[in-house]
Amino acid sequence: MAVATGQATVRRAAASADERTTRLDAILKIVAYVVLVLMAMLMFVPFAFSVATSFKTQAEAARLDWGNMLWVREPITDWYRQVFDLGIGGWFLNSVVVAAVWVVSRCLLDALAGYAFARMTFPGRNLVFVLVVSTLMIPGIVTLIPRYILLREMGLYNSVGALTVPFLSSAFGIFLMKQFFESLPRELEEAARIDGASRFRMFWQIALPNAAPALTSLAIFTFQGSWNNFLEPVAFISNPDLYTLPVGLAMLRTEQQSNFPLLMAVAVISTIPIVIFYLIFQRYFVEGQSRAGIKG
Amino acid sequence: MASVGLGRRRSRDPLAAEDAVAGWVFIAPSMLVFLAFVFGPILYVAWLSFREWEVVRPEKTWIGLQNYRTLFASDDFQNAFRNTVWFALGVVPTQTFIGLVLAVLANRKIRGKTFFRTAFYFPSISSSIVISIIFLWIYSNNGLLNFVLREVGITPPRPPWLNNPNGVIAQFLGVFGVENVSAWLAGPSFALLSIMMMNVWTTAGTMMVVFLAGLQDVPGDVYEASSLDGASRWQQFRDITVPLLRPVTLFVVTLGFIGTFQVFDQIFAMTSGQNGTTTLAYLIYQDMFRNFQGGYAAAQAMVLFVVILVIYLVQRRLIGPTEQS
Repeated sequence: MAVATGQATVRRAAASADERTTRLDAILKIVAYVVLVLMAMLMFVPFAFSVATSFKTQAEAARLDWGNMLWVREPITDWYRQVFDLGIGGWFLNSVVVAAVWVVSRCLLDALAGYAFARMTFPGRNLVFVLVVSTLMIPGIVTLIPRYILLREMGLYNSVGALTVPFLSSAFGIFLMKQFFESLPRELEEAARIDGASRFRMFWQIALPNAAPALTSLAIFTFQGSWNNFLEPVAFISNPDLYTLPVGLAMLRTEQQSNFPLLMAVAVISTIPIVIFYLIFQRYFVEGQSRAGIKG
Repeated sequence: MASVGLGRRRSRDPLAAEDAVAGWVFIAPSMLVFLAFVFGPILYVAWLSFREWEVVRPEKTWIGLQNYRTLFASDDFQNAFRNTVWFALGVVPTQTFIGLVLAVLANRKIRGKTFFRTAFYFPSISSSIVISIIFLWIYSNNGLLNFVLREVGITPPRPPWLNNPNGVIAQFLGVFGVENVSAWLAGPSFALLSIMMMNVWTTAGTMMVVFLAGLQDVPGDVYEASSLDGASRWQQFRDITVPLLRPVTLFVVTLGFIGTFQVFDQIFAMTSGQNGTTTLAYLIYQDMFRNFQGGYAAAQAMVLFVVILVIYLVQRRLIGPTEQS
């Protein structure tokens, strides 16, 4: 009897605890929605505000009200035409060229090095790998001065070379590719080895074609890093014809001071490629970031 | 199995012999880039920090510790150091906290999870310069922020945000009649605070994504088992979620500190270091490319390097090498 009552009490207590948890869950869910929607709006408003401003006359931009905050009463496209006269087309092209070189070179060199660190035993391998990974925490500004000197010596200062040569390989990419190749089954390559393939052929014909997911992640991360890079372009380039988009925008800001509609037009044009990339490859962005996060 | 066999017979295996050379051939292109643009420059910047170099002239004269003595006594350096520390101390805890809250909220069965993740993460993949220019407009006197503040009856600070060099804590204490607070206690200027808020807005989404990845590593049955044991939601959060997230949190905080200690783009584009916003990275740039004091700038770069090295080593000590991988 006593035992049975005890069990019943426990059961009743558990049931009411369950009820409480369910109610709490419902409340938490509502709170979550409210907070998430508010935050999403907070993330969205600055971008919407900049797009709206880019279609406004200076007079309208200066007279904000609730109605035209994220909207335009009499949209004009003059600023978009004007920024092309200021040379934004050239900057856009420079940004594209630099990004293309970064992406192609890093996918190749990082895959080569990552494969070597993952699969091959050679003297000094572990030490070199630790050194490479430790460079991840060195800020670009610390090595900026020597790199500037070196690029001058190499005759690359004020050329596309200054924006590409120092970035042909990346520690993050090598790390990413090494992790990936370690997860790839060895059997594939061993079969090729039995057929008498060299290491390079095992890499080129077997491992690399199977590395498409990792290479896509790396390419997207690299594109984004290159597209948004600012420190080196501003320090190594003084010829306006060689500006990339971020440098062009920063320089326009000093020239145009408070002509915000025009600056917003440049901001919008600079962001469109990233938006397109992001919407297509969103999964890879998030995965890459998570992987970078877990890495340590 | 086969791989173990290969390893044991390494000396006689032709592949192992090939690898000993081919390994270096594979990494050689990358290593050339690293030697020239990372390892070499680190050594060179250390070497240069003991010299006087006027950038426009070739001579680099040995002056021992003079650069370091000058910089530690310099008001500019102390201001930049203080601004950088305020920046990091303000931004890192805030963005970590918001990132954690967003991740915990988004890590449940809700509609539009992907949409929220997309929205929150987008600012962190946008160009820092684009974001700076957008916020320059938002923070301007007739900008969005002041408009909204005025509409809801709050008087915006004057001069407006980015033009305001007054320390926020000093301003606050001034309301209670406290005057002449020390430089450290004055807090970041309104201008620096504006850039800090923008930085939190930009990075909180990144932190959320990293936390979300960490949360998804927590197996669901741990929660189920604890529910059966009668653990409350709060107990679950405190006793399961938080401890399991500790390595991720430490990582996010370290990432935050390393990032905030080198903040440069935003300062360049928004204030050019005016109104109490000069950070260490911006000061290095300025002394090198505007004031042409190469050796002095190199010494400042070394100090920044050591600070970041210390942060990194503290993180490694706290996480421990085993949990890293």
